[in-house]
Amino acid sequence: MIVAKRKPFEEIKDMLKGYKKVLNVGCGTCVSVCLAGGEKEVAVLNAEIDMARKLDNDPIELGAYTVERQCDREYLAELDDMVKDYDALISMACGVGIQFLAERFPETPVLPAVDTSGLAVNQAVGWYEERCRSCQSCVLGWTGGICPVTMCAKGLYNGPCGGTNQGKCEISQDQPCAWYLIHERLSAQDRLDNIKRIKAPSTWCDQVPRTLIQPGYKKPEEEE
Amino acid sequence: MSTEQNGYKSGSNLEKVLRAGHFAFTGELGPPRGTTVKEVTEKASHLKGMVDAVNITDNQTAVVRMASWAASFILVQEGLEPNFQMVCRDRNRLAMQADILGAYALGIRNMLCLSGDHQQFGDHPQAKGVFDIDSMQLIGMVKRMRDEGQFLGGAEIEDPPKIFIGAAANPFAEPYEWRVHRLAKKIEAGVDFIQTQCIYNMERFRTWVKQANDMGLSEKAYILAGVTPMKSVGMAKYMQSKVPGMDVPEDLIKRLQGAGKGKVAEEGIKIACEQIEEFKEMQGVAGVHLMAIEWEHKVPQIAEQAGVLPRPEVD
Repeated sequence: MIVAKRKPFEEIKDMLKGYKKVLNVGCGTCVSVCLAGGEKEVAVLNAEIDMARKLDNDPIELGAYTVERQCDREYLAELDDMVKDYDALISMACGVGIQFLAERFPETPVLPAVDTSGLAVNQAVGWYEERCRSCQSCVLGWTGGICPVTMCAKGLYNGPCGGTNQGKCEISQDQPCAWYLIHERLSAQDRLDNIKRIKAPSTWCDQVPRTLIQPGYKKPEEEE
Repeated sequence: MSTEQNGYKSGSNLEKVLRAGHFAFTGELGPPRGTTVKEVTEKASHLKGMVDAVNITDNQTAVVRMASWAASFILVQEGLEPNFQMVCRDRNRLAMQADILGAYALGIRNMLCLSGDHQQFGDHPQAKGVFDIDSMQLIGMVKRMRDEGQFLGGAEIEDPPKIFIGAAANPFAEPYEWRVHRLAKKIEAGVDFIQTQCIYNMERFRTWVKQANDMGLSEKAYILAGVTPMKSVGMAKYMQSKVPGMDVPEDLIKRLQGAGKGKVAEEGIKIACEQIEEFKEMQGVAGVHLMAIEWEHKVPQIAEQAGVLPRPEVD
């Protein structure tokens, strides 16, 4: 899932300067699961903003509404009649949701309250680890199901480098060396030949904004 | 292989020395943290006539320094042969190829292709690491530029750069059993010579070289054994515990400690010379790469004591 972390309160407060009536929009999907921007986090943030602005003698009127998914038009439509009553919107969705919200209401300032950090697994409640950089050229088939693009600090395709330190990455003893793990897993599977071959330079697919249309589908305007 | 350079791939002094079967001896020089040319020429003066080529480090440990190609060029002007180091951390494939063309145009004939230390270690830990290609792919790119006269993108190069291609190898980083296969990959990618990580654990190094010999790898590329004399017990302990991929046995530290006050550095040099004596006789080792870090002025003494002088002249 997509994981995010709430921005520092001071940064959020600073963005809200000058606005008197703001709607805080949560998202009920990924950011809700990772405890960053669901219904509960919207309520907590609103309470904090409300208190801080009262202390500053600059009260603010806050609304709260959490949609099922901010990356989906169908759910954003629920906000259509509400938004006109506010000076600005806070979004607690991932970067995708924030932009889609801003796109739907182009006349209203949309302010992010979270920093999106990536595609991660849920190790335990509140503990998430990045696993995918969405490079669009998946190598997991020959790297034993461990992503070197994400998990190797240098994103090496022909690792491990000379900096492995007792199975850890040179950047930190807390960071396992991805290539050490790849070697270990492939060795156990008797598939080391996979990484004895030289992997050619990547043809980076993520250097331009990407659009994906599944086979058999078209953009609506192209439909006859 | 190109025949334009009398059968040499690059015609560099290092290539000629190795091809003639001499035991090569290379040094290292770190460019300054500023623009002082004299700092380069002063360090270089200690190395002149003592080594076959001098590695010029490229923002080593991810700390900004004078560009390695520029310091390399200063060496060319001083009549020394540089081994231009290039890391994958700071440049994408366009910048790398541009620098290779420029370096060659300025008379640089050797290159060492490296991944590079992670930027987190350096003086700009917030920097974006590039790693567009890795060291393996860099080797292949330089070879393609040299032998096929083509850029990575496929276009032709006018007067391709004829570079003697080097890379690093670290026999001491886990997984150990993988290290010889990584060497094999670098050779397959097109490397001409290898300079290893600083060797302190001789037993592990002997094992690695034997593996390389058994796989026929030492016949396909020249392996230069990395040597760094220990200046102090503190340095040895630091390298043992703080430098990733470094293997400093406890025995070595004990020997340095036993040398007595004021004699540790001499003991360090003595150990290095003993290593060099063994490398001269070791099958599969074609030379030594001496990394006397901020100790360039000691190189003449070490070279003398190690019995590698005078350096051969090959036409």
